[in-house]
Amino acid sequence: MSLWSRIANVFRGDRLNREIDEELESHIAEAVEEGRDAEEARRALGRMAQHQQQSHDAHVIAWLDTLRADVIFGWRQLKRNKMTSLAAILSLALAIGACTSAFRLIDALLLRSLPVAHADRLYALSRQGIGFNGKFGAYDSWAYPVFTQMRDAARGQADLIAISWAVPTDVTYKTDQEMEKANLQYVSGSMFNIFGLQPALGRLFTASDDRTPHAEPYAVISYDYWTRRFARDPHVIGRVLHIGDNSFQIVGVSEKKFTGTEPGTFVDIFVPTMMHRHVNYPNSTWIRTLVLLQPGVAAEPLRQKLAAISQVFETNRLKGETGLSQETLRNVLDNEVLMKPAGTGVSWFKQDYNRALAALGVLVLMVLLIACANVANLMTAQAAARAREMALRVSVGAGRWRLVQMVLAESALLAFFASASGALFAWWSAPFVIGMINPPDNPVRLALPADWRVLGFGIALTIAVIVLFGLIPALRASSVKPASVLKGGEDPHSRRRVMHGMIALQVAFCFLVLFIAGLFVATFKRLSAQPMGFSAERLLMLETTSRPAQSQVYWDQIAERLRAMPGVERVAQAAWPLLGGTNWNDSISINGGPASTDLAYFLNVSPGWLDTMKIPLLGGRDFRNSDAYPNVAVVNETFAKKFLNDEHPVGRFFEKASDDGKRDRMEVVGLVRDAYYGDIHEPMLPVVFVPVHSTDSTGIFRPLDEETFIVRTTASNPLALASILRQQVPREGVQFHVSNIRTQEQIDQAQTVRERLLATLAFFFGAVALLLAGVGLYGVLNYSLLQREREFGIRLALGARAGDVAREVTARIFAAVSMGAVMGLGLGMTSTRYIASLLYQVKTTEVGVLAFPSLIILATALLAAVPAVIRALRIDPVAMLRAE
Amino acid sequence: MPKTDALQGSLDLLVLKILSRKPRLHGYGIMAAISERSGEVLRAEEGSLYPALHRMEEAGWIHAEWITKDTGRRARIYELTAAGKKQLAAEESRWQAVRSAVNRVLRTV
Repeated sequence: MSLWSRIANVFRGDRLNREIDEELESHIAEAVEEGRDAEEARRALGRMAQHQQQSHDAHVIAWLDTLRADVIFGWRQLKRNKMTSLAAILSLALAIGACTSAFRLIDALLLRSLPVAHADRLYALSRQGIGFNGKFGAYDSWAYPVFTQMRDAARGQADLIAISWAVPTDVTYKTDQEMEKANLQYVSGSMFNIFGLQPALGRLFTASDDRTPHAEPYAVISYDYWTRRFARDPHVIGRVLHIGDNSFQIVGVSEKKFTGTEPGTFVDIFVPTMMHRHVNYPNSTWIRTLVLLQPGVAAEPLRQKLAAISQVFETNRLKGETGLSQETLRNVLDNEVLMKPAGTGVSWFKQDYNRALAALGVLVLMVLLIACANVANLMTAQAAARAREMALRVSVGAGRWRLVQMVLAESALLAFFASASGALFAWWSAPFVIGMINPPDNPVRLALPADWRVLGFGIALTIAVIVLFGLIPALRASSVKPASVLKGGEDPHSRRRVMHGMIALQVAFCFLVLFIAGLFVATFKRLSAQPMGFSAERLLMLETTSRPAQSQVYWDQIAERLRAMPGVERVAQAAWPLLGGTNWNDSISINGGPASTDLAYFLNVSPGWLDTMKIPLLGGRDFRNSDAYPNVAVVNETFAKKFLNDEHPVGRFFEKASDDGKRDRMEVVGLVRDAYYGDIHEPMLPVVFVPVHSTDSTGIFRPLDEETFIVRTTASNPLALASILRQQVPREGVQFHVSNIRTQEQIDQAQTVRERLLATLAFFFGAVALLLAGVGLYGVLNYSLLQREREFGIRLALGARAGDVAREVTARIFAAVSMGAVMGLGLGMTSTRYIASLLYQVKTTEVGVLAFPSLIILATALLAAVPAVIRALRIDPVAMLRAE
Repeated sequence: MPKTDALQGSLDLLVLKILSRKPRLHGYGIMAAISERSGEVLRAEEGSLYPALHRMEEAGWIHAEWITKDTGRRARIYELTAAGKKQLAAEESRWQAVRSAVNRVLRTV
């Protein structure tokens, strides 16, 4: 017999007791056989029950045994109030699940270290200050030549790694007609070694792949891509893939755990930085610079050293630059070089979503607290109903700790069921939320492991929840004084005070959730209702490439081909779609003056593009077929205001100042209404439309390697035509290939993905919070009423008016609600400072934003009060007093 | 009461000793054996015998099993385990030490 058997005996107590009984009985039987009197033998054996208890205790672990008894008792209590228990479990499960889910997302995106060696010593370089576009910010893109200078200077103190952003890229394995998208990333060859990664197959890059520009045609594919695309075929090594004009040989598969350094994106193909066409360009910034410090090296002196190199490089680079204003040059050279910890990875997604996820985390935490307050009130009410039972237990000698344990066991049981269902909810909901962040061309992928971190969080949360809702009721229940209970009830007010306090807290949290939800919903609505300046309806974008570049003549013929298709209303061409993420900007010079500090944004469009996009022409004319870049331009209102003083812009001239010092003189032939160009969160940009036809100095059309066909269809769903139109393009020549098809509506929606996510989830949690708070209010009102039924009965019998009774029933509750609302308002006002960057044109002081949660909570409180008031008025004094 | 006092602390020793001589006895048998061997001087109080048996069983000194007797009644019988044999030796030497110490005191005074 051992510890194990004693634990086991806890769970077979009945059988154990039976065996002890039987043994004692057999003892008496022996005695009788010996001729002794049965009664005498029984007396000699002493108090059977006591022996049984002693023997029982010898066989079990006492505390575990009482715990078992408490759990069984708690289970019976839960079963007795099936509906309330179920409601409590469900609301807690939802809240716990949402919290765990939020933790999974926040952990995966913000807290978890990259699965690389020495992530704690990993830093990223960025420059902070006013950038070329005149906006203050942190810019983490670097040119490769300055990277090599910094890398060499840091040798011995730190390893520097160049990594481009992972970008969905057209990749072919055989011919151009079988093109597919893969996330491509240019990386330093030394990266794999520095990160301590092992190949799953073949070899990884080494520092020797960082030597010769344009001569390292190798690719390493990720384990995930190997699995998805090649079904883990070991013969993938040696296969050749084509990207643009380059061919790469696959030499290896990277380690399974490594999905890249950008949380939110899984890299498919790694190629050496040497293969990037801008590897020698000092003016092209296309990499991030990561720094892995050697052990014991201080960060700050190294940062200063690297900052000095960057400063010298930029000064030399910008010397003699005429395409930018002096102010811009000064600002850019004043930028400060930062070196920030990057052990958890660096990505746009992370920057865009860290605040959003933190805000969601706070919302679900509020919901959890509301749910806890609800259950605490429920337990308090039940404890009141069980006051007599508790008093009896105390009278027969139960210790206080014993009672606390008993009530806590019930809470723990509740929390256990809630956590188990919550875990299921979290398992499903975290990927669901990530699935909502799905711009059509580049959906987010985030590794969401369910490991000991998540499990640990879940267990800690469950314990916290038990303490939150279980401890106060348990302590209260255990402190009953039998005398006062037997006298007919202890002070009922103290219990109600606790419940009213809980109600105030609930309302405060609920107000906060509704307030923030209101802000997010208003932001999303305003952004969605924002007039784009063009009509996205029935517009299909065919982003098309050609290898090698083709003359404009052929591009025009494809447009003709598409125009002839049934179901097509209009077709136009542009360099890229509006709001598609690409932009081209340059300084402007008027009358030969200096280059402007403000930049103008450019887009090449064909004749008829304005009509197709339904951008109204306010003056002048559209382009004609004979127009060619760079002679003529159509500008928008903002451009006219900013650069031409808004005075009859048509017919005036300006110069576009290029980085290389070249100036192109353009005549304004048309003025159009403003339309969004790059980002609808920002103010309208000054935009110059220029012809898609471009001539070189000899007047010959320049060949183009990519263009977007903009097709307005007659059918309401333009995607129905996508595959037919896609097939038409290569008919002009196999070198033409449609690399991406999106509708303009999809592109527009991608602009508001974050706002939609926040609005949807905040709305959902707002509704849950409101429901829980409403149920909580109802419960407490009902409980107060039950306690004071006698009092109201007597009052009504004595002729109290209905209104007075109703007021009496609800007065305290409404005081608590108002107090909570005021607290919630305070919380809400404080919180907006942290979420301001997530809002769009919504002021927290707006009447609507403040009134919305107040009114909703008031309405909910009224609704919750109705049943209690009706019940109070229906009390029949005679029946009630007789029942007593 | 005086009779049981004499047994205080030595019940374990007696039970183990009895079981080492006569294995597979039930509770009543052990009680009877103690009484018989001591010439009716010592009597294990029936009330404390069973908790003691169960305690020793949990400690792993004795092992119990149910048998069906010829009369058809079930009985729980006990026997010594290896650990019990060691425990018996330890208890015996402890008892001897106590006894000789007590004797020394009685002789000198």
